[in-house]
Amino acid sequence: MSNDIKIKKGLDIKLKGAAEKATENAIISNFCTVRPEDFHSIIPKLIVKESAKVKAGEAIFYNKSNDAMLFASPVSGEVLEIVRGPKRRVDAIKIQADKEQSFKDFGTFNLESADSNAVKAHLLASGCWPFIKQRPYDVIANPDKAPKAIFISGYASAPLVADLDYVLQGKEAQLQAAVTALGKMTDGSVHVCVGKNSNSPLAGLNGITLHTVSGPHPSGNVGTQINKIDPVNKGEVVWTVNAQDLVIIGELLLTGKFNAERIVALVGSSVKKPRYFKTKIGSEVATMVYDNGVDKEGNDRIISGNVLSGKQVKPDGALDYYSNTITVIPEGDDYELFGWNKPVFNKISTSRAMTFSWLTPNKKYELDTNTNGEHRAFVMTGNYEEVFPLDIYPLQILKACMYSDLDEMEALGMYEVAPEDFALTEFVCVSKQPHQEIIRKGLDVMIKEIG
Amino acid sequence: MGLKSTLHNLKEKYKGTKMAPAFNAIHTFLYLPNETTHNGTHIKVADDLKRTMNTVIMAMVPCLIFGMFNAGYQHYAAFGTPVEFLSWDAFYIGLIKILPLVIVSYGVGLAIEFLFAVIKKHEVEEGYLVTGMLVPLIVPVDTPLWMLAVAVAFGVVIGKEVFGGTGMNILNPALTIRAFLFFAYPTWMSGDKVWVHGAVERANEIAAGAELDAISGETILGGLAQGKDLGYSVADMFYGFIPGSVGETSTLLILLGGLFLIFTKIGSWRIMLSSLMGALVMGLIFNGVVDAGWITESSKFYGLMSTIWWHHLLIGGFAFGTVFMATDPVTASQTNKGKWIYGFLIGFISILIRVFNPAYPEGVMLAILLMNVFAPTIDHYVVQGNVKRRMKRLKVKTA
Repeated sequence: MSNDIKIKKGLDIKLKGAAEKATENAIISNFCTVRPEDFHSIIPKLIVKESAKVKAGEAIFYNKSNDAMLFASPVSGEVLEIVRGPKRRVDAIKIQADKEQSFKDFGTFNLESADSNAVKAHLLASGCWPFIKQRPYDVIANPDKAPKAIFISGYASAPLVADLDYVLQGKEAQLQAAVTALGKMTDGSVHVCVGKNSNSPLAGLNGITLHTVSGPHPSGNVGTQINKIDPVNKGEVVWTVNAQDLVIIGELLLTGKFNAERIVALVGSSVKKPRYFKTKIGSEVATMVYDNGVDKEGNDRIISGNVLSGKQVKPDGALDYYSNTITVIPEGDDYELFGWNKPVFNKISTSRAMTFSWLTPNKKYELDTNTNGEHRAFVMTGNYEEVFPLDIYPLQILKACMYSDLDEMEALGMYEVAPEDFALTEFVCVSKQPHQEIIRKGLDVMIKEIG
Repeated sequence: MGLKSTLHNLKEKYKGTKMAPAFNAIHTFLYLPNETTHNGTHIKVADDLKRTMNTVIMAMVPCLIFGMFNAGYQHYAAFGTPVEFLSWDAFYIGLIKILPLVIVSYGVGLAIEFLFAVIKKHEVEEGYLVTGMLVPLIVPVDTPLWMLAVAVAFGVVIGKEVFGGTGMNILNPALTIRAFLFFAYPTWMSGDKVWVHGAVERANEIAAGAELDAISGETILGGLAQGKDLGYSVADMFYGFIPGSVGETSTLLILLGGLFLIFTKIGSWRIMLSSLMGALVMGLIFNGVVDAGWITESSKFYGLMSTIWWHHLLIGGFAFGTVFMATDPVTASQTNKGKWIYGFLIGFISILIRVFNPAYPEGVMLAILLMNVFAPTIDHYVVQGNVKRRMKRLKVKTA
């Protein structure tokens, strides 16, 4: 077990449009949208009906396979619409937010005397449980299975994402409460990783095992840290929580309020004034992006999350449940004459095949969403390994997922990975294969077949 | 408005029809497509398969041009009327002999690729761009075009398309084509005449009763296998002023091409370096055998065994095979550790076959094809190392 993790393999993608360290209050969004698809593999059972009134923190649906697991409304207001897809699947729950927010009171929680079950019950009932995810499978944690350890990454290394040191400033009390509560639910440690030479508020907490990480992305991915600290074996479970969601959990424990407030970084080369905003989970992205220099008529891609693993959203779409970054980059839906053989200076490449980004390692690029080539069979080898620090063979595990060989997937380390761990290999893939989608589908097959 | 929008409209028109893959292949050759990302990463690197393949082709172009000069140079030298190497006369012979090889190779191969793409409704993949360039470089200059066409058709269909096309094949398609040529037409291909333009023709005329001097079209390896002397200086061998397949003679240009591939990170330096080491080790072993006096000069292996160990790198197709064909990522080992083993064995076995196979004194083709077959096995054991480590971790936990 190492307290100082150095990552060598990886890639820092340097993009234009990093957020300036200044926080504004976003215009309060009139609508709040919760999309059950954010909670992968959960089948929602609705509690509220259209035109019902809810308070912030009040449950709007529960997990079909575990009815104690409630999902809370981030705002108080009136349920405006329940959007359904094919086979009456619930696609989204739209809530019109009240001008004056009211909170459901869960009462202050006595951390001293509480045991594991009390903490669990409290988090499940208050809608804070979904913030806890588990490996294997990268889904919401199963409350019935105790984790061998809990991992929290306090270091964000993905391109342009919100700086956790900055957004967690002054939240020490909430973080401490959340970490103490989490610690009660595991016999193992609560591992917290912070960036080397950072002044993260997480570093001063009690009851944690602190690690420092350095090196290129994906050093900040919790999957990388798990692999280096205490990898998941067959039959074991670890839990992970986003550092920012600890604040929401902590506030619930301290004040009894489910306050879905979050500091979000608005970034990307299409944003004229990239900076931080205080807003709520589920807020319309339109409330932030257009006031800050994104051209309304422009041809841009809005992403809830980072450029590597985020979700594409429409301008009337919403900030998803787990993201603390909104990225706006130009769309790349145009042709380029002889784009496949002419020398390239304005795009990132890990090769030197008439691509010249190796000459300017510190240049910040303005990349668009063009795939720069068509989907092909896997041909090149060895280039994924250069950006993949986990002790796993990336190409082999991807192929095992594609032909759904469960034994092989298990043997190659499928219990340890999440789709985001394959974001960089997907970025550098010459054959433009959808690595994260392949891994997600592979994990889903395993959930179904092995459970 | 112009070509770009016209082509875009045509693409929309052909979408979903049988001709779509064929049209798209030509369209994407002109324009990088307007495709955007959807799920997963929203940005991608600049490289695609076309760029990758194109880089390999660029690395081979010097060999092709040198081969054209050399074809004429060897022709005139063998016929007793030597010309300057860098002369129009030399180049002209090369051009009229080699350009048709290139055209037939690309024409037949790409036609089959397009046909399969249309039938199987997938896009035309770029693998053949490199294969099509490799083929004319690894055949003797006097290869009849019809033979080449038959071999290309065989190699592309049996070597690649039956496995599912680019990325799925087990054997290197270019080598499959060459192997087909050599085993299907052995009397034509493995003689000592075919390597210099005109030598076969002259031999036929003599056989028909014409009173002319016979022309030797032998390669160095062919000569050594028959116990003759080297006959060329090291400098000639290094620069490539020797008979041989079209593009394989100039070790210097191949070396430059190899360095270019390593620099651009397209070719695997692990395979190239380990193959080099394998060949040198085998060469040293044979030299040791000769030094120890275990075989005598009367042995038929003596000529090649006593070849100074590092000379093996300069003669025959070893350098070309190592740089351009052993490194084919689809048929090579795919793990980094596996690449070391795979490359080393290619070099090692190349020289082994070279020395011990009297009928066919070039080993690199067979060595690479053999290791192509074993590459998945090597990878399997390398990957098993990782799997075992994971199992051990589990056992330690549960114990």
